[in-house]
Amino acid sequence: MFRIRRAEFLAPGIKRFTIEAPRIARKQKAGQFVIVRLHDHGERIPLTIACSDPERGTIDLIVQSIGKTTYLMNSLEAGDAILDVVGPLGKPSDVSLHGTVVVIGGGVGTAIAYPTAAAMKRAGNKVISIIGARTKELVILEEEVRAVSDATYVVTDDGSYGDKGLVTDKLKQLIQNGVPIHVVLAIGPVPMMRAVAETTRGERIHTIVSLNSIMVDGTGMCGGCRVSVEGKSEFACVDGPEFDAHKVDFAVLAKRNTMYRDMEHEALEEFKARAAEQVEEVRRQCRLEAASAAGGQQ
Amino acid sequence: MSDEVIKHNPLPLKERMKINRQHMPEQAPQARAANFEEVNLGYLPELAKQEALRCLACAKPNCMHDCPVGVKVREFIDLVLAGDYLGAAAKVREDNVLPAITGRVCPQDEQCEGGCVLGKKGSSVAIGHLERFVADYEQAVGKLGLPEIAPASGKKVAIVGSGPAGLSAAGDLIQRGHKVRVFEALHELGGVLVYGIPEFRLPKKIVRQEIDNLRAMGVEFETNVVVGKTVTIDELFGEEGYDALFVATGAGLPQFLNAPGENLNGVYSANEFLTRINLMRAYRFPEYDEPVYNCRGKDIAVVGGGNTAMDAVRTALRLGARNAYLIYRRSEAEMPARVEEIKHAKEEGIQLMTLTNPVEFLGDENGWLRAARCVRMELGEPDASGRRRPVAVTGSEFDLPITMAVIAVGTTANPLVQSTTPDLKTNKWGYIDADPETLRTSKRGVFAGGDIVTGGATVILAMGAGRKAAKSIHDYLATGAWEKVEPQKPALD
Repeated sequence: MFRIRRAEFLAPGIKRFTIEAPRIARKQKAGQFVIVRLHDHGERIPLTIACSDPERGTIDLIVQSIGKTTYLMNSLEAGDAILDVVGPLGKPSDVSLHGTVVVIGGGVGTAIAYPTAAAMKRAGNKVISIIGARTKELVILEEEVRAVSDATYVVTDDGSYGDKGLVTDKLKQLIQNGVPIHVVLAIGPVPMMRAVAETTRGERIHTIVSLNSIMVDGTGMCGGCRVSVEGKSEFACVDGPEFDAHKVDFAVLAKRNTMYRDMEHEALEEFKARAAEQVEEVRRQCRLEAASAAGGQQ
Repeated sequence: MSDEVIKHNPLPLKERMKINRQHMPEQAPQARAANFEEVNLGYLPELAKQEALRCLACAKPNCMHDCPVGVKVREFIDLVLAGDYLGAAAKVREDNVLPAITGRVCPQDEQCEGGCVLGKKGSSVAIGHLERFVADYEQAVGKLGLPEIAPASGKKVAIVGSGPAGLSAAGDLIQRGHKVRVFEALHELGGVLVYGIPEFRLPKKIVRQEIDNLRAMGVEFETNVVVGKTVTIDELFGEEGYDALFVATGAGLPQFLNAPGENLNGVYSANEFLTRINLMRAYRFPEYDEPVYNCRGKDIAVVGGGNTAMDAVRTALRLGARNAYLIYRRSEAEMPARVEEIKHAKEEGIQLMTLTNPVEFLGDENGWLRAARCVRMELGEPDASGRRRPVAVTGSEFDLPITMAVIAVGTTANPLVQSTTPDLKTNKWGYIDADPETLRTSKRGVFAGGDIVTGGATVILAMGAGRKAAKSIHDYLATGAWEKVEPQKPALD
């Protein structure tokens, strides 16, 4: 059982959690993720680790309410607990001195891009960050990103904050202005990552994306997260989650991610109809678990 | 000695041979094809005694020799005849810490029962059914014949993986007085016993019972730990202070056919399909959150001929599939699955398509599977495995309309532990190199066994490896000697 020490909304529907997970906190590197299961009827979902504190033994997760499990998780508060958290999984980001690195975060993808941006900066790179969001109130982690970037640009779809437009508009602008770019890291919705890949392909700029395919175990056992990379199947959980954007077949990824759309919709509607009851059930299970753990130690 | 022990059978040999093998009561095929309850219902005492009467109590018992863990079959069957079912269960437990599980899933026809003298002319003694009976009896009366625990040795052993190899080693090591902790990557204990084998063949309750028994003996368990990621082997030896370590991580990665269209929606590995169903209980969606393809009224196919393929296709049938095909490239005679599973599958209405091989998966405009393009096969010359090699018949292509396919053609080594332990040697397929006798690896204090050494095999072979590892680890902890030494003659005292 993993106790939630802090929980606060960063934006509507986007919550930041600090969770006690000492083993994971000791080992986590930028780019890695955990699999969580909230309760004993729950599904296993992957969430990228935003940062960790090995001394305090905590990891931070940033979660956007999209389906039943993320809605349920975002209903939890400090003091609540999560039944299962396992990790850190996946390969860490390839952090080394490249020169100039452009880090692009779209929506909640910014939370995933941030730790790698910070690590790239520590490795001596010049870091240019582009944060994209639908609208002003969905811009997250701007301060943190600015603190680890040499330059930061914010773009919103509706122009309510920063420049109006897409992250690729800003990227194209940088390229046109002759800014030397050695690596681009893009994390966000599949269409955004695909658009970034197309923008940099002709320029031959090495581009990395972090893929959010559907997973179950997260250890390479099930193969559900397989993605087509240069025509070969690779597993996002153990071979990734980061891949060379110019080799990824985004069409296959987008299709595979829709596999359970109808059931996800059904589960979410059912959750919304009795949210309070289900949150209480998670709390009840965690109390039981805590009691049995305390009993076991005596 | 055995004549002293084997004394409860009142019948002369000739009479024993006249008794027919007692049929295992089971759910009717029609009924069970629509539920996830266990197919076999188990012997009642009368049936068990009647079956036990058939045992000839051979002076040279092949059954025991052909058992990978050497269960004293003759002796436990004699205790069944004596009506001492608890004694019989305790006798099995001396060599096998998971009798309720092996009684259900062992390939008895190739092992104990394969060697039975009665099987040469008629049907062998139903050793598996008897083993299951005594284990279930013991559980039902709640008086476990748990073995004695030796005085504490002060040594700590870490076991990586809670599947059959890990559990078996844990049971033996705790009896020898060592402190034992088992690390499991998933949230539930049991490895392949919980994520792989379906409820209708091995109820999860049985697995939990056997694990609770180990807990009662003092074994500690920790879930959600991926050794190699969450903690490394060197850290377990260093800061966590373990004296020896047994790697029993299983054969983890699913193999695909590498046929075009395998990434279409609706194409699963057997590991994924079965994990969603067994571990995550997706067959009870939306009561459970994990989804799985809705097979109801659909035509589906599973590719492969082993137990995993049988489990997958029978699972799909229970999820309501209209037509459930099993596609296998050789003939039924070459299928590696247990004889009983093939029989059960056919009774339930599984359609075997043998000598058939899928070469491509065809999708619709939305990226969902709509058909498998298959070719007919014929058997040619024997290959390296001794089985006749299947060869495609030219011009035999046809399309089988299906909307879900499950690929069950085996697994390969999961590299998670090996890749973070550079001094742990592996072979060219990525399996860990371990001495076949001592299960010692290239790294001091590290032993490995089960599927991560041999490649995909059976529950009982993994348990056999666990036993062997426990003995070898115990020797190492007692002597501290790592380099292989010639066995010494026992000292006279």
